[in-house]
Amino acid sequence: MSRNVRLGLFAAAGAMLAALLVWGFTGLPAFGDFQGEYGWILNDVAGHERHVTNVVASVVFDYRGFDTLGEEFILFAAAIGVALLLREARDDRERPRDEVRSDAVRAVGLMLVGPTVVVGLYLVAHGYLTPGGGFQGGVAVAAGVVLLYAAGRYRAYSAASPHGLVELAEGAGAGAYAAVGVAALFAGGLFLENVVELGTRGTLASGGTIPILNAAAGLEVTAAVVLLLHEFLEEVMYPA
Amino acid sequence: MSSTLVPLVVAVPLLAAAALGALGNFAPSRFDNLVAIAVAVAVTVFSVLLIFRSADQTIHYWFGGWKPRSGIAIGISFSVDPLVAGVAALIGVLATAALVVSWDYFGEQVPQHFHVLMLIFLGSMTGFALSSDLFNMFVFFELMSIAAFALTGYRIEQSSALQGAINFAVVNSIGAFMLLTGIALLYGRTGALNLAQIGQVLSRGRADGLVVVAFTLVVVGFLTKAGAVPFHFWLSDAYAVAPAPVCILFAGVMSDLGLHATGRTYWEGFSGVLGADAGSVRGVLVGLGVGTALLGGAMAFVQAGLKRMLAFVVISHVGIFLAAIGLLTARGLAGATVGIVADGLVKGALFCAVASLARRLGETDELSLHGRGTPIPITGAVLGVGAVGLAVVPPLAILSGDGWLRGLLVVASALTGGAVLRAAGRIFLGLGPKQDELLVEPQAGAEAELRRAPRAGALLWLPGVALLAAGLTLAFTPGLARRAVQHAKLSVDRPALARETLHGVRTPLPKPSFERSPAAYAYAGAAGLLAIGFAALGLYRRRVPVLVAAPMHRLKLLHDGVVGEYVTWLTVGTAVIGVLFAVLIAKRP
Amino acid sequence: MTLLPYLLAAWLFLVGLYGVVTSRHLVHLVICLSVMQSATYVLLLAIGYRSGKKAPIFTAGVPVKVGAVDPVVQALTLTDVVVSVTGVALLLALVVEIWKRAGTVDPDRLRRKEL
Repeated sequence: MSRNVRLGLFAAAGAMLAALLVWGFTGLPAFGDFQGEYGWILNDVAGHERHVTNVVASVVFDYRGFDTLGEEFILFAAAIGVALLLREARDDRERPRDEVRSDAVRAVGLMLVGPTVVVGLYLVAHGYLTPGGGFQGGVAVAAGVVLLYAAGRYRAYSAASPHGLVELAEGAGAGAYAAVGVAALFAGGLFLENVVELGTRGTLASGGTIPILNAAAGLEVTAAVVLLLHEFLEEVMYPA
Repeated sequence: MSSTLVPLVVAVPLLAAAALGALGNFAPSRFDNLVAIAVAVAVTVFSVLLIFRSADQTIHYWFGGWKPRSGIAIGISFSVDPLVAGVAALIGVLATAALVVSWDYFGEQVPQHFHVLMLIFLGSMTGFALSSDLFNMFVFFELMSIAAFALTGYRIEQSSALQGAINFAVVNSIGAFMLLTGIALLYGRTGALNLAQIGQVLSRGRADGLVVVAFTLVVVGFLTKAGAVPFHFWLSDAYAVAPAPVCILFAGVMSDLGLHATGRTYWEGFSGVLGADAGSVRGVLVGLGVGTALLGGAMAFVQAGLKRMLAFVVISHVGIFLAAIGLLTARGLAGATVGIVADGLVKGALFCAVASLARRLGETDELSLHGRGTPIPITGAVLGVGAVGLAVVPPLAILSGDGWLRGLLVVASALTGGAVLRAAGRIFLGLGPKQDELLVEPQAGAEAELRRAPRAGALLWLPGVALLAAGLTLAFTPGLARRAVQHAKLSVDRPALARETLHGVRTPLPKPSFERSPAAYAYAGAAGLLAIGFAALGLYRRRVPVLVAAPMHRLKLLHDGVVGEYVTWLTVGTAVIGVLFAVLIAKRP
Repeated sequence: MTLLPYLLAAWLFLVGLYGVVTSRHLVHLVICLSVMQSATYVLLLAIGYRSGKKAPIFTAGVPVKVGAVDPVVQALTLTDVVVSVTGVALLLALVVEIWKRAGTVDPDRLRRKEL
């Protein structure tokens, strides 16, 4: 098929699809006017049922916590998949020099490593109280580690994140989430049902299983992001 | 409680995958493969138990214990009846076979990542099959995809494998976006993600633009995974290059899961609001099915590479079962489900045979293997008997429908059976010429394994024999269709299903009333004979009439591996289906 | 205009699709896919918005009665973002590999030749 034929076909079909989408969207409630019962109910009950202040966290880690199990394994599978695809043996040739030359960039960047990791950990830890959570915080912690490469050099990055250990953490993060679900079965509940004390709302010790699942997600996300970048950086460091 | 098995069919493979991912480096070699086989067997056993435990009453499992409140679902549920559990059992059996075959298949140390991904793939497929929450289905759809993309590209030294994986990933990702857009529309209208509840709310309104567009997008998303025409282009590229053990799962069940989801979504979600328009929906789905069945059959017939041939067989059979589901009757759904399971086992057996060929003879090209199959006669028997199975199993599973429709589907399944039979005759009996200008030959090495093994044990062929025997037995088991129709009658009773899911009001199982008519056996017999005829034609015809050759050439050229074109066809298909629904449904006063 | 956020979603979806269809570079194509996926974020979040309401976080002193925007779509969008990131990572890994094997990342030049 020539490019012109393709473009012509796409123009016609795309125009029809556009019309269909707009037609469908006009059936939605006017912007800002949504009255879905699902969300209403959860906003009402999550606080006293789950002792959390961040309702989104209770949706992510409890009411729809089973979705998040799948989501954790999507990340896990992607990190494993990228490692499988980029698995070529890398030889021991000399690595290219990749140090950042600018002292200013290096100094500021490396200074930010600590604070970034701390902010990330804070986001993870308080995910069920304030905006944030295992996913958002995990990315921030990983960003702190990546700064070692961006403002320093690759060797610092790989030294700070030993490969075997990160892989272990990744499996542990994903596995812990599933294990909490199975543990509920042993305690006589349904999969992922809360079987521990709910604690005092508004404090770190609240939410029952939510903090545990949240921490598992934080570990998984941090490890997966570090691993993914590790695989791609190895490609750059050892060009074929 | 018996329902504890429900979460385990997903949780056990995922937990095992995480454990292998974390600790696999420290385990002895082959340990990962053993663990994976054990898990697949466990999933099979759990699923078979669930078939019996759900026989009297559908199991509704609410994760986290969040049962609906005054009819409003606040959690995620799995609904398990014997039909769904049967599909889960198929997944378990095929995963077991695939992992056993992979023991001897790879001529190299397989990185543990492979088995981790296979386990994730297994868990995601059972989750997708069992879930009755539309967004949860999307999550498992994506988990399946991510694992499958990486497994497709396993042979990174082959650019065709990488290209197949990229085409697979791009087209399926867009299918997933369509699905998610449809889900968002439905959430905006109904405030619900549970299928039964979506169906309840929709049935109170009318079939306006939002309903039509949402239905189109959801169906297109699922049919992209299934590989229905014109969303099928990625499939033949991906299945032709993925490792044969992976193909056992792809071909045996992954595609059919898209159909299963289409049926489930229609019946639970849309059959109320679109009830008055069932005729229009039927017309579009059956038309799409017949087109897919015939195009897949014709394309299968012109392939010399066995993997690409079987990929088109999968497409053709997806079309056949789509037509059956598209009839929008309990019989259609029941027949399709039994057919998907029996046919899935047969297709799995054929990919076992392909694995054996690739490993022992180093390639899977019917022409260059001419007469070279004699050292592995059992593989030849699996291929030959499996070919006949391809022809006869789908017609046995079509339990209703007009004569013309069943006739067309018989032609399609005979084409697929005939193609494989021709290849079996050529490779194992040395029949026919060594050249055929009608056939597309695969690129050298594209379908083969790197290292040939002069001897490889029974682990390569035994799973194939077992799958084939199981598939044919299921297809001919007399009472199975009867029981399937009995359960399907409940699956198509949307209001009763919604009452049961959301309010816990049980509906008694209807009395079994259906008997498979002798006509089904007649159609199956005709398909078998026709397949032998097609195979003979393929081997001994003199030349190809230009009336066949010219359009076939055109058709071949469309499958050229250019992803931009594939996405164009996806857009065209979506637009045409959407406009058809719009004209047929919304214009009704 | 109350339809505008939805129209934005439709625009992102279609412009991303156009990019995928016409792309001459696989990295560009992958980015176009993530543009398409952004359409679903916009759509989900726009659907769940309630005029004048705040985020569904009821810290001390915020009574539940004041209400908030829909929390479910936010959870769904979070999942969607994760899906997007992982899909992009996996696709880029495939692109890196195909560049090494085929020496090109122009999808139009990766045509099957044996037809």
